[in-house]
Amino acid sequence: MTPRAHRVVSRRRETADTWTLALESLPGQKLPLFAPGQFGMLYKFGVGEVPISVSGASTALDPLRCTVRAVGSVSSALAATAPGDLVGLRGPYGSRWPLAEAVAGDVVIVAGGLGLAPLRPAIHHLLAHRNEYERVIVSYGGRSADEMLFVPELEEWRGRFDLDVDVIVDIAGPDWHGKVGVVTKLVELAAFDPNNTIAMMCGPEVMLRFAALTLRSRGVPKERIYISMERNMHCAVAQCGHCQFGPMFVCREGPVQRYDVVEPWLRVQEL
Amino acid sequence: MESIEETLAATRMFHNLTPEQLSGVAQLGEEVEFTDRARLMTEGEPAESFYLIREGFVALQTEAPTGAITIETLHGGDPVGWSWLFEPHLAHFDARSRGVTYAVRFDGASLRERCVQDPGLGYELMRSFASVIVERLDATRLQLLDVYGRVNGG
Repeated sequence: MTPRAHRVVSRRRETADTWTLALESLPGQKLPLFAPGQFGMLYKFGVGEVPISVSGASTALDPLRCTVRAVGSVSSALAATAPGDLVGLRGPYGSRWPLAEAVAGDVVIVAGGLGLAPLRPAIHHLLAHRNEYERVIVSYGGRSADEMLFVPELEEWRGRFDLDVDVIVDIAGPDWHGKVGVVTKLVELAAFDPNNTIAMMCGPEVMLRFAALTLRSRGVPKERIYISMERNMHCAVAQCGHCQFGPMFVCREGPVQRYDVVEPWLRVQEL
Repeated sequence: MESIEETLAATRMFHNLTPEQLSGVAQLGEEVEFTDRARLMTEGEPAESFYLIREGFVALQTEAPTGAITIETLHGGDPVGWSWLFEPHLAHFDARSRGVTYAVRFDGASLRERCVQDPGLGYELMRSFASVIVERLDATRLQLLDVYGRVNGG
């Protein structure tokens, strides 16, 4: 429960209000191993703590990467953290993306806005074990071109022959020459075998519900659709109740959950 | 490239047509090819035809003082234009190709005439276009919700 100090080694701007921090452990300590989908609690000393998506799991060579959108006092302070500064980190917490269950089938990744961050480690895993999966599709929707995350990496992924990456924006400026509309359109257009597909989705809850509806209309069973939920995680160890969602605590049973399990609760107001 | 009839048979919105109806509609189609940024329809101008995109994509746009705004893009299997169905048959938006685009163009007046002769065909086509309209209405509602813009503070 006690945050362990980590050093910020770099800070990269993703959009006007979103930053990715790379963290390394202090001498003599190991970086925690986050499985794709798990989250951490990031602590800005003297300000507070927030749940943060791990957007790049640590490896022997890579630091841990966390993507932070500056929307409140804590996340703004974290986003402004300079290289060399210390932040506290607890975790890993929560469930993981069903990458083992998806082996030998098609994988459809559906991300909206900041939702690409927790899916990025899953995409890295799929690419690192590319021969174990059939078609891998990444459908990414954003508000506008300048609010999309990891753009250089998206461009690199689009250049691969073993990955179908497509992006779409709600609002197009004059410089945007790509697709315009909602991410469900990409799900309609994607080529996959619905009977042998696992879908992994993260984004605003309204988007997730519509994307799930589209996947179901394509024939993907509900129990093969997984979503990552955002809730008000505080303690991260299922004690405080802030993230209670029906019969579950999102910090413990989530954030990644099967759609058929969470669907009845998604439309309950103020839950 | 596949025949127009094969294109129609592979398109979801024509799945409920009988083989005879499909063949009859295909006879009214004409293969067309657009270079990048070619204009398929112009806002306010007569819209006496609609297009079924085979390959490539089409941007639905409207002019603003700052330039053309793209509202939505349409892709393979999507129909472009439904003003041919409804009076006064004037296009509501501009439609421009994005990249080289292949499509089938249907003459709206001939198709309406065929629907009058075969109300079953008319019903199925109206049902298909209504379904497309509902899908685009849903998409527009989602865009209006601006779901990516709403984030809780923390």
